[in-house]
Amino acid sequence: MTAIVDYGVGNLFSLSSSLRALGVETEITRSAARLRAADRIILPGVGAFGDAKEKLASTGLVPVLLEAAEEKPLLGICLGMQLLFEKGFEYGEHAGLGLIPGVVADLRNDLEDSALKVPHMGWNRLEIVTDDPLFRYFRDGEYVYYVHSFYAKDCAESTLGVSEYGNVRVTGAVRRGNVWGTQFHPEKSGDAGLRLLRAFAEL
Amino acid sequence: MLAKRIIPCLDVRNGRVVKGTNFEGLRDMADPVDMARFYNESGADELVFYDITASAEGRGLFTDILRRVASEVFIPLTVGGGIRTLDDFDRVLKCGADKVSVNSGAIADPSIIGAAAKKYGDQCVVLSMDVKRVDGQFRLFAKGGREDTGIDAMEWAVRGVGDGAGEIVLNSIDTDGVKNGFDLEMLDTLAARVSVPVVASGGAGNMEHFAELFAHPGMDAGLAASIFHTKQVDIRDLKQFLRGKGVEMRL
Repeated sequence: MTAIVDYGVGNLFSLSSSLRALGVETEITRSAARLRAADRIILPGVGAFGDAKEKLASTGLVPVLLEAAEEKPLLGICLGMQLLFEKGFEYGEHAGLGLIPGVVADLRNDLEDSALKVPHMGWNRLEIVTDDPLFRYFRDGEYVYYVHSFYAKDCAESTLGVSEYGNVRVTGAVRRGNVWGTQFHPEKSGDAGLRLLRAFAEL
Repeated sequence: MLAKRIIPCLDVRNGRVVKGTNFEGLRDMADPVDMARFYNESGADELVFYDITASAEGRGLFTDILRRVASEVFIPLTVGGGIRTLDDFDRVLKCGADKVSVNSGAIADPSIIGAAAKKYGDQCVVLSMDVKRVDGQFRLFAKGGREDTGIDAMEWAVRGVGDGAGEIVLNSIDTDGVKNGFDLEMLDTLAARVSVPVVASGGAGNMEHFAELFAHPGMDAGLAASIFHTKQVDIRDLKQFLRGKGVEMRL
Protein backbone atom coordinates (compact mmCIF):
# COMPACT_ATOMS: atom_id res chain seq x y z
CA MET A 1 0.00 0.00 0.00
CA THR A 2 1.16 3.52 -0.83
CA ALA A 3 0.30 6.08 1.83
CA ILE A 4 -0.26 9.75 1.03
CA VAL A 5 0.37 11.88 4.09
CA ASP A 6 -2.67 14.02 4.87
CA TYR A 7 -1.59 17.00 6.96
CA GLY A 8 -4.11 19.57 5.77
CA VAL A 9 -2.16 21.24 2.99
CA GLY A 10 -3.12 20.94 -0.60
CA ASN A 11 -5.47 18.96 -2.63
CA LEU A 12 -4.89 15.26 -2.76
CA PHE A 13 -7.60 14.43 -5.29
CA SER A 14 -5.37 14.37 -8.39
CA LEU A 15 -2.51 12.59 -6.66
CA SER A 16 -4.67 9.80 -5.29
CA SER A 17 -6.58 9.56 -8.61
CA SER A 18 -3.37 9.25 -10.61
CA LEU A 19 -2.10 6.43 -8.41
CA ARG A 20 -5.45 4.67 -8.62
CA ALA A 21 -5.42 5.05 -12.40
CA LEU A 22 -2.10 3.19 -12.32
CA GLY A 23 -3.68 0.42 -10.25
CA VAL A 24 -1.63 1.32 -7.17
CA GLU A 25 -3.34 0.61 -3.86
CA THR A 26 -3.45 4.02 -2.20
CA GLU A 27 -4.49 5.40 1.15
CA ILE A 28 -4.73 9.03 2.26
CA THR A 29 -3.91 9.03 5.94
CA ARG A 30 -2.66 10.88 8.99
CA SER A 31 -2.38 7.76 11.10
CA ALA A 32 1.11 6.84 12.34
CA ALA A 33 0.13 3.16 12.30
CA ARG A 34 -0.95 3.31 8.65
CA LEU A 35 2.28 5.09 7.68
CA ARG A 36 4.24 2.37 9.49
CA ALA A 37 2.24 -0.29 7.65
CA ALA A 38 2.73 1.33 4.23
CA ASP A 39 5.16 -0.04 1.64
CA ARG A 40 6.00 3.48 0.58
CA ILE A 41 4.99 7.01 1.48
CA ILE A 42 4.27 10.17 -0.50
CA LEU A 43 4.56 13.57 1.17
CA PRO A 44 2.59 16.10 -0.90
CA GLY A 45 2.23 19.81 -0.26
CA VAL A 46 1.34 23.22 -1.60
CA GLY A 47 1.53 26.60 0.08
CA ALA A 48 4.31 28.20 2.11
CA PHE A 49 7.22 26.33 3.70
CA GLY A 50 6.89 27.52 7.30
CA ASP A 51 3.15 27.07 7.48
CA ALA A 52 3.33 23.57 5.99
CA LYS A 53 6.15 22.52 8.30
CA GLU A 54 4.15 23.72 11.27
CA LYS A 55 1.08 21.78 10.14
CA LEU A 56 3.14 18.65 9.56
CA ALA A 57 4.73 19.01 13.00
CA SER A 58 1.33 19.43 14.64
CA THR A 59 0.20 16.04 13.32
CA GLY A 60 3.00 14.42 15.33
CA LEU A 61 4.07 12.50 12.22
CA VAL A 62 7.57 13.94 11.84
CA PRO A 63 9.30 11.19 13.90
CA VAL A 64 7.30 8.58 11.96
CA LEU A 65 8.48 10.03 8.64
CA LEU A 66 12.10 10.22 9.81
CA GLU A 67 11.95 6.60 10.93
CA ALA A 68 10.20 5.53 7.69
CA ALA A 69 12.88 7.24 5.59
CA GLU A 70 15.38 4.75 7.00
CA GLU A 71 13.50 1.73 5.76
CA LYS A 72 11.18 2.43 2.83
CA PRO A 73 10.78 4.69 -0.18
CA LEU A 74 9.55 8.20 0.61
CA LEU A 75 8.66 10.68 -2.14
CA GLY A 76 8.15 14.40 -1.51
CA ILE A 77 6.26 16.32 -4.18
CA CYS A 78 6.52 20.10 -4.74
CA LEU A 79 6.44 21.69 -1.27
CA GLY A 80 6.65 18.13 0.08
CA MET A 81 10.05 17.86 -1.62
CA GLN A 82 11.16 21.21 -0.24
CA LEU A 83 10.33 20.08 3.30
CA LEU A 84 12.87 17.24 2.95
CA PHE A 85 15.72 19.78 3.01
CA GLU A 86 17.47 21.37 5.95
CA LYS A 87 16.10 24.88 5.72
CA GLY A 88 13.61 27.03 3.86
CA PHE A 89 13.68 30.83 3.47
CA GLU A 90 10.05 31.53 2.56
CA TYR A 91 8.71 34.26 4.91
CA GLY A 92 11.63 33.90 7.34
CA GLU A 93 13.93 30.99 8.06
CA HIS A 94 12.39 27.62 8.87
CA ALA A 95 13.88 24.21 9.63
CA GLY A 96 12.90 21.39 7.29
CA LEU A 97 13.08 17.66 7.94
CA GLY A 98 16.81 17.60 7.19
CA LEU A 99 16.67 14.35 5.23
CA ILE A 100 18.55 15.88 2.28
CA PRO A 101 21.39 18.41 2.61
CA GLY A 102 20.56 21.74 0.97
CA VAL A 103 18.32 24.78 1.35
CA VAL A 104 15.15 26.11 -0.28
CA ALA A 105 15.57 29.67 -1.56
CA ASP A 106 13.67 32.33 -3.49
CA LEU A 107 13.98 31.73 -7.24
CA ARG A 108 13.53 35.45 -7.92
CA ASN A 109 16.79 36.29 -6.09
CA ASP A 110 18.82 34.07 -8.43
CA LEU A 111 17.18 34.95 -11.76
CA GLU A 112 19.21 37.49 -13.72
CA ASP A 113 16.47 38.25 -16.25
CA SER A 114 13.76 40.22 -14.47
CA ALA A 115 11.39 39.62 -17.39
CA LEU A 116 11.16 35.96 -16.37
CA LYS A 117 8.02 35.35 -14.42
CA VAL A 118 7.84 33.94 -10.90
CA PRO A 119 6.18 31.57 -10.04
CA HIS A 120 7.98 29.28 -12.47
CA MET A 121 4.70 27.88 -13.75
CA GLY A 122 4.16 25.59 -16.69
CA TRP A 123 5.82 22.80 -18.63
CA ASN A 124 9.59 22.55 -18.65
CA ARG A 125 12.02 19.86 -19.80
CA LEU A 126 13.55 17.65 -17.14
CA GLU A 127 17.17 16.92 -17.93
CA ILE A 128 18.41 13.80 -16.19
CA VAL A 129 21.78 14.39 -14.50
CA THR A 130 22.00 11.13 -12.54
CA ASP A 131 20.26 8.02 -13.73
CA ASP A 132 17.96 6.43 -11.17
CA PRO A 133 15.27 3.73 -10.91
CA LEU A 134 12.76 6.61 -10.64
CA PHE A 135 13.44 7.27 -14.34
CA ARG A 136 12.89 3.66 -15.40
CA TYR A 137 10.01 4.66 -17.69
CA PHE A 138 10.98 8.30 -18.21
CA ARG A 139 12.92 9.68 -21.17
CA ASP A 140 15.58 12.35 -20.74
CA GLY A 141 14.21 15.78 -21.70
CA GLU A 142 10.50 15.02 -21.31
CA TYR A 143 8.33 17.90 -20.14
CA VAL A 144 7.00 18.04 -16.59
CA TYR A 145 4.63 20.51 -14.92
CA TYR A 146 5.95 23.00 -12.35
CA VAL A 147 4.28 25.56 -10.11
CA HIS A 148 6.64 27.11 -7.56
CA SER A 149 8.46 30.28 -6.49
CA PHE A 150 11.13 28.74 -4.25
CA TYR A 151 13.62 26.05 -5.24
CA ALA A 152 16.15 23.70 -3.68
CA LYS A 153 19.82 24.61 -4.01
CA ASP A 154 23.22 23.60 -2.65
CA CYS A 155 22.15 20.02 -3.18
CA ALA A 156 24.28 18.91 -6.15
CA GLU A 157 25.09 15.53 -4.56
CA SER A 158 21.43 14.51 -4.39
CA THR A 159 20.25 16.05 -7.66
CA LEU A 160 18.81 13.60 -10.18
CA GLY A 161 17.31 16.04 -12.68
CA VAL A 162 17.15 19.75 -13.46
CA SER A 163 15.13 22.17 -15.60
CA GLU A 164 16.56 25.34 -17.07
CA TYR A 165 14.83 28.60 -16.33
CA GLY A 166 16.83 31.59 -17.53
CA ASN A 167 20.25 31.35 -15.90
CA VAL A 168 18.99 29.07 -13.11
CA ARG A 169 19.18 25.29 -13.20
CA VAL A 170 16.09 24.52 -11.18
CA THR A 171 16.39 21.37 -9.05
CA GLY A 172 13.66 19.15 -10.47
CA ALA A 173 14.26 15.75 -8.87
CA VAL A 174 16.43 14.60 -5.96
CA ARG A 175 17.34 11.45 -4.08
CA ARG A 176 19.26 10.52 -0.99
CA GLY A 177 19.01 6.89 0.08
CA ASN A 178 15.34 5.96 0.42
CA VAL A 179 14.21 9.54 0.04
CA TRP A 180 13.16 10.97 -3.34
CA GLY A 181 11.69 14.32 -4.23
CA THR A 182 10.26 16.08 -7.27
CA GLN A 183 9.74 19.82 -7.45
CA PHE A 184 7.34 19.33 -10.34
CA HIS A 185 3.94 17.64 -10.06
CA PRO A 186 4.10 14.13 -11.57
CA GLU A 187 0.33 13.83 -11.01
CA LYS A 188 -0.15 16.81 -13.36
CA SER A 189 2.57 15.97 -15.87
CA GLY A 190 0.47 13.87 -18.20
CA ASP A 191 1.74 10.53 -19.35
CA ALA A 192 5.39 11.29 -18.47
CA GLY A 193 4.36 12.01 -14.88
CA LEU A 194 2.30 8.84 -14.61
CA ARG A 195 5.29 6.80 -15.77
CA LEU A 196 7.39 8.39 -13.07
CA LEU A 197 4.81 7.56 -10.41
CA ARG A 198 4.63 4.03 -11.74
CA ALA A 199 8.40 3.68 -11.29
CA PHE A 200 8.11 4.99 -7.72
CA ALA A 201 5.30 2.53 -6.98
CA GLU A 202 7.57 -0.29 -8.10
CA LEU A 203 10.49 0.70 -5.86
CA MET B 1 12.70 27.18 -20.68
CA LEU B 2 8.95 26.99 -20.24
CA ALA B 3 6.99 25.76 -23.21
CA LYS B 4 4.21 27.95 -24.59
CA ARG B 5 0.85 26.43 -23.75
CA ILE B 6 -2.04 25.45 -26.01
CA ILE B 7 -5.31 25.38 -24.10
CA PRO B 8 -8.69 24.18 -25.34
CA CYS B 9 -11.58 25.77 -23.54
CA LEU B 10 -14.75 23.85 -22.81
CA ASP B 11 -17.91 25.82 -22.02
CA VAL B 12 -20.20 23.44 -20.21
CA ARG B 13 -23.94 23.86 -19.89
CA ASN B 14 -26.26 21.17 -18.55
CA GLY B 15 -23.50 18.61 -18.85
CA ARG B 16 -22.61 19.36 -22.48
CA VAL B 17 -19.89 21.42 -24.15
CA VAL B 18 -21.08 24.45 -26.08
CA LYS B 19 -19.47 27.29 -27.99
CA GLY B 20 -21.15 30.24 -29.60
CA THR B 21 -20.06 33.12 -31.77
CA ASN B 22 -19.85 36.51 -30.07
CA PHE B 23 -21.45 34.84 -27.06
CA GLU B 24 -24.74 34.40 -28.91
CA GLY B 25 -26.45 31.35 -30.38
CA LEU B 26 -24.88 28.64 -28.22
CA ARG B 27 -24.41 25.40 -30.09
CA ASP B 28 -24.14 21.92 -28.57
CA MET B 29 -20.87 20.09 -29.22
CA ALA B 30 -20.01 17.03 -27.18
CA ASP B 31 -19.56 15.18 -23.93
CA PRO B 32 -17.04 17.03 -21.72
CA VAL B 33 -15.35 13.90 -20.37
CA ASP B 34 -14.87 12.46 -23.87
CA MET B 35 -13.52 15.77 -25.06
CA ALA B 36 -11.11 16.10 -22.12
CA ARG B 37 -9.76 12.62 -22.84
CA PHE B 38 -9.41 13.43 -26.54
CA TYR B 39 -7.57 16.72 -25.88
CA ASN B 40 -5.24 15.11 -23.36
CA GLU B 41 -4.31 12.51 -25.96
CA SER B 42 -3.79 15.20 -28.60
CA GLY B 43 -1.25 17.00 -26.42
CA ALA B 44 -3.24 19.85 -24.85
CA ASP B 45 -1.13 21.50 -22.12
CA GLU B 46 -4.03 22.39 -19.89
CA LEU B 47 -7.82 22.34 -20.00
CA VAL B 48 -10.17 25.15 -19.09
CA PHE B 49 -13.74 24.39 -18.09
CA TYR B 50 -16.29 27.18 -17.82
CA ASP B 51 -19.52 26.38 -16.08
CA ILE B 52 -22.12 28.44 -17.92
CA THR B 53 -25.07 26.86 -16.14
CA ALA B 54 -27.37 29.04 -14.13
CA SER B 55 -29.25 26.40 -12.14
CA ALA B 56 -28.19 24.60 -8.98
CA GLU B 57 -28.91 21.32 -10.73
CA GLY B 58 -26.53 22.24 -13.55
CA ARG B 59 -23.90 23.19 -10.99
CA GLY B 60 -24.05 19.74 -9.43
CA LEU B 61 -23.76 18.16 -12.86
CA PHE B 62 -20.70 20.32 -13.55
CA THR B 63 -18.79 19.32 -10.40
CA ASP B 64 -19.60 15.70 -11.16
CA ILE B 65 -18.11 16.09 -14.66
CA LEU B 66 -15.07 17.84 -13.21
CA ARG B 67 -14.48 14.98 -10.77
CA ARG B 68 -14.72 12.45 -13.60
CA VAL B 69 -12.28 14.41 -15.75
CA ALA B 70 -9.80 14.85 -12.89
CA SER B 71 -9.93 11.10 -12.21
CA GLU B 72 -8.50 10.25 -15.58
CA VAL B 73 -6.87 13.30 -17.13
CA PHE B 74 -3.64 14.27 -15.39
CA ILE B 75 -2.80 17.70 -16.74
CA PRO B 76 -3.60 21.08 -15.15
CA LEU B 77 -7.29 21.91 -15.02
CA THR B 78 -8.64 25.43 -14.70
CA VAL B 79 -12.24 25.99 -13.75
CA GLY B 80 -14.37 29.10 -14.04
CA GLY B 81 -17.96 30.24 -14.23
CA GLY B 82 -20.08 31.22 -11.27
CA ILE B 83 -17.14 31.62 -8.89
CA ARG B 84 -18.18 34.24 -6.35
CA THR B 85 -17.05 33.08 -2.92
CA LEU B 86 -14.30 31.10 -1.22
CA ASP B 87 -16.82 28.27 -0.92
CA ASP B 88 -16.99 28.19 -4.73
CA PHE B 89 -13.19 27.91 -4.86
CA ASP B 90 -13.32 25.14 -2.33
CA ARG B 91 -16.05 23.26 -4.19
CA VAL B 92 -14.12 23.04 -7.47
CA LEU B 93 -10.66 22.55 -5.94
CA LYS B 94 -11.97 19.52 -4.06
CA CYS B 95 -13.14 18.06 -7.36
CA GLY B 96 -9.68 18.21 -8.89
CA ALA B 97 -9.30 21.76 -10.27
CA ASP B 98 -5.79 23.23 -10.02
CA LYS B 99 -6.62 26.82 -10.85
CA VAL B 100 -9.83 28.76 -10.44
CA SER B 101 -10.82 31.55 -12.72
CA VAL B 102 -12.85 34.53 -11.52
CA ASN B 103 -14.54 37.04 -13.79
CA SER B 104 -17.92 38.57 -12.90
CA GLY B 105 -17.48 37.34 -9.33
CA ALA B 106 -14.41 39.57 -8.94
CA ILE B 107 -16.26 42.54 -10.47
CA ALA B 108 -19.07 42.08 -7.96
CA ASP B 109 -16.62 41.65 -5.08
CA PRO B 110 -12.96 42.44 -5.86
CA SER B 111 -11.85 41.21 -2.41
CA ILE B 112 -12.39 37.61 -3.56
CA ILE B 113 -9.03 37.76 -5.42
CA GLY B 114 -6.98 38.62 -2.36
CA ALA B 115 -8.89 36.29 -0.08
CA ALA B 116 -8.48 33.34 -2.45
CA ALA B 117 -4.79 34.09 -3.12
CA LYS B 118 -4.11 34.16 0.59
CA LYS B 119 -5.90 30.88 1.17
CA TYR B 120 -4.84 28.88 -1.90
CA GLY B 121 -1.81 30.73 -3.25
CA ASP B 122 -1.41 33.16 -6.17
CA GLN B 123 -0.83 30.33 -8.63
CA CYS B 124 -4.37 29.12 -7.99
CA VAL B 125 -6.15 32.37 -8.82
CA VAL B 126 -6.77 33.28 -12.45
CA LEU B 127 -8.34 36.60 -13.34
CA SER B 128 -10.40 36.22 -16.48
CA MET B 129 -11.51 39.37 -18.29
CA ASP B 130 -13.87 40.05 -21.19
CA VAL B 131 -12.66 43.24 -22.82
CA LYS B 132 -13.95 45.44 -25.63
CA ARG B 133 -12.90 48.77 -27.11
CA VAL B 134 -15.26 51.58 -26.10
CA ASP B 135 -14.45 55.25 -26.80
CA GLY B 136 -10.78 54.49 -27.40
CA GLN B 137 -10.49 52.66 -24.09
CA PHE B 138 -10.11 48.96 -23.29
CA ARG B 139 -13.26 48.49 -21.29
CA LEU B 140 -14.01 45.65 -18.87
CA PHE B 141 -17.29 43.85 -19.53
CA ALA B 142 -19.29 41.73 -17.11
CA LYS B 143 -21.89 38.97 -17.39
CA GLY B 144 -20.30 37.05 -20.24
CA GLY B 145 -19.57 40.19 -22.23
CA ARG B 146 -23.07 41.66 -22.08
CA GLU B 147 -22.56 44.52 -19.65
CA ASP B 148 -20.12 47.45 -19.85
CA THR B 149 -18.76 48.04 -16.34
CA GLY B 150 -17.19 51.38 -17.27
CA ILE B 151 -13.93 50.10 -15.73
CA ASP B 152 -10.60 50.46 -17.58
CA ALA B 153 -9.56 46.85 -18.21
CA MET B 154 -5.82 47.47 -17.91
CA GLU B 155 -6.23 49.21 -14.55
CA TRP B 156 -8.42 46.31 -13.47
CA ALA B 157 -5.73 43.79 -14.42
CA VAL B 158 -2.98 45.67 -12.59
CA ARG B 159 -5.13 45.85 -9.50
CA GLY B 160 -6.01 42.14 -9.74
CA VAL B 161 -2.36 41.14 -9.98
CA GLY B 162 -1.54 43.41 -7.05
CA ASP B 163 -4.23 41.60 -5.05
CA GLY B 164 -2.76 38.19 -5.88
CA ALA B 165 -4.07 36.97 -9.24
CA GLY B 166 -1.36 34.65 -10.60
CA GLU B 167 -2.44 34.61 -14.23
CA ILE B 168 -4.69 36.57 -16.55
CA VAL B 169 -6.93 35.26 -19.29
CA LEU B 170 -7.72 38.11 -21.66
CA ASN B 171 -10.68 37.47 -23.89
CA SER B 172 -11.17 40.15 -26.52
CA ILE B 173 -14.85 40.55 -27.32
CA ASP B 174 -13.80 42.46 -30.45
CA THR B 175 -12.07 39.42 -31.94
CA ASP B 176 -13.99 36.58 -30.25
CA GLY B 177 -15.66 34.24 -32.71
CA VAL B 178 -14.48 36.25 -35.71
CA LYS B 179 -11.49 33.96 -36.40
CA ASN B 180 -9.29 36.69 -37.79
CA GLY B 181 -6.55 36.20 -35.22
CA PHE B 182 -5.92 37.13 -31.59
CA ASP B 183 -6.23 40.74 -30.48
CA LEU B 184 -2.50 41.41 -30.43
CA GLU B 185 -2.81 45.12 -29.76
CA MET B 186 -4.94 44.52 -26.68
CA LEU B 187 -2.72 41.65 -25.50
CA ASP B 188 0.50 43.64 -25.89
CA THR B 189 -1.01 46.49 -23.90
CA LEU B 190 -1.82 44.06 -21.10
CA ALA B 191 1.54 42.23 -21.16
CA ALA B 192 3.35 45.56 -20.80
CA ARG B 193 1.41 46.25 -17.60
CA VAL B 194 1.54 42.95 -15.69
CA SER B 195 4.26 40.49 -14.69
CA VAL B 196 2.13 37.32 -14.49
CA PRO B 197 1.44 34.87 -17.34
CA VAL B 198 -1.00 36.11 -19.97
CA VAL B 199 -3.35 33.68 -21.69
CA ALA B 200 -4.70 34.99 -25.00
CA SER B 201 -8.30 34.21 -25.87
CA GLY B 202 -10.64 35.18 -28.67
CA GLY B 203 -10.03 35.18 -32.38
CA ALA B 204 -7.97 32.09 -33.20
CA GLY B 205 -9.03 30.88 -36.64
CA ASN B 206 -6.03 28.93 -37.90
CA MET B 207 -2.53 27.74 -36.98
CA GLU B 208 -0.85 30.88 -38.29
CA HIS B 209 -2.73 32.95 -35.70
CA PHE B 210 -0.94 31.07 -32.93
CA ALA B 211 2.43 31.65 -34.61
CA GLU B 212 1.64 35.39 -34.73
CA LEU B 213 0.64 35.30 -31.07
CA PHE B 214 3.82 33.65 -29.84
CA ALA B 215 6.00 35.97 -31.93
CA HIS B 216 4.96 38.59 -29.35
CA PRO B 217 6.98 38.49 -26.14
CA GLY B 218 4.98 38.15 -22.96
CA MET B 219 2.43 35.73 -24.40
CA ASP B 220 2.44 32.48 -22.47
CA ALA B 221 -0.54 30.60 -23.78
CA GLY B 222 -3.20 30.57 -26.46
CA LEU B 223 -6.72 29.50 -25.64
CA ALA B 224 -9.40 28.56 -28.14
CA ALA B 225 -12.59 26.56 -28.33
CA SER B 226 -14.44 26.18 -31.60
CA ILE B 227 -11.46 25.62 -33.92
CA PHE B 228 -10.42 22.70 -31.70
CA HIS B 229 -13.93 21.38 -31.07
CA THR B 230 -14.76 21.30 -34.78
CA LYS B 231 -11.37 19.64 -35.46
CA GLN B 232 -10.59 22.44 -37.87
CA VAL B 233 -7.23 22.60 -36.08
CA ASP B 234 -5.69 19.49 -34.51
CA ILE B 235 -3.64 20.31 -31.41
CA ARG B 236 -0.84 17.89 -32.25
CA ASP B 237 -0.51 19.33 -35.79
CA LEU B 238 -0.61 22.84 -34.34
CA LYS B 239 2.18 22.08 -31.88
CA GLN B 240 4.34 20.49 -34.59
CA PHE B 241 3.75 23.53 -36.78
CA LEU B 242 4.69 25.95 -34.00
CA ARG B 243 7.79 24.00 -33.03
CA GLY B 244 8.80 24.21 -36.71
CA LYS B 245 8.53 27.99 -36.35
CA GLY B 246 10.91 27.93 -33.37
CA VAL B 247 8.27 28.17 -30.63
CA GLU B 248 9.04 25.96 -27.61
CA MET B 249 6.31 23.32 -27.46
CA ARG B 250 5.74 20.22 -25.35
CA LEU B 251 5.36 17.38 -27.83
